[in-house]
Amino acid sequence: MDSIKLHYDISATDFTRAGAASGDVKRTLKELGVAPSTIRNVAVAMYEGEINMVIHAGGGVIDVEITEDAIKMVLADQGPGIENVELAMKEGFSTAPDNIRCLGFGAGMGLPNIKKYTDEFQLDTEVGVGTTLTLKVYMKP
Amino acid sequence: MTVQMIKDHLGLEVLTAGDLSREVTGCYCGDLLSWVMGKAREGDCWLTVMGNINAVAVAVLTDCACIVLTEHAALDEAAKLRAEQQGVTILTTDESAYALAVRLSAVIA
Repeated sequence: MDSIKLHYDISATDFTRAGAASGDVKRTLKELGVAPSTIRNVAVAMYEGEINMVIHAGGGVIDVEITEDAIKMVLADQGPGIENVELAMKEGFSTAPDNIRCLGFGAGMGLPNIKKYTDEFQLDTEVGVGTTLTLKVYMKP
Repeated sequence: MTVQMIKDHLGLEVLTAGDLSREVTGCYCGDLLSWVMGKAREGDCWLTVMGNINAVAVAVLTDCACIVLTEHAALDEAAKLRAEQQGVTILTTDESAYALAVRLSAVIA
């Protein structure tokens, strides 16, 4: 199979649209006949990434590449960056404001979930510059 | 046990009807969406008070069998519309998550 490339612009502060990109990827993978567990892993990781971009970074871009072996996702934003990566990776730690918590977010599970659901996880961040997540979920037979 | 059977057995009210013939294989209670996304399993009956559009997205992504809004928590118009579009079943009850989960465990065990 040739690789399939998808690109999404994630707009800032629009919670009602968050989930649109991951939903689209989910549909695409379903049509390709990818294993449900693989689809779930990709969808959850991407949705968490989308939400993070909306909450913390004022939006960003997501590029997805689907090949025979894996689904690769690159989520890039030009937000404030992450000051303490070790803390951000800890379950339960969150810097989300109260209005976000009222929506049901801010559990401090975003990045830990993304790591949990991906086979490869790389986080590059610089304070004042932005954050890029490079993720891979392997295709399971 | 299907969503329809659970609705009938537990006396739940339907707010949006997706696939009522779906099998319910477990239950998850929680309101923090990322937490739920990390822990809920496919086929779960998800008990929550979160009736917003993001809850619908979480239900779709985790592939849970249905959402039950406990203690008659409100369902947003936007969430209702999205659930209808995406075929997500949302039920409601006046019971607490605990009370309903106890009764649910008796019927899906």
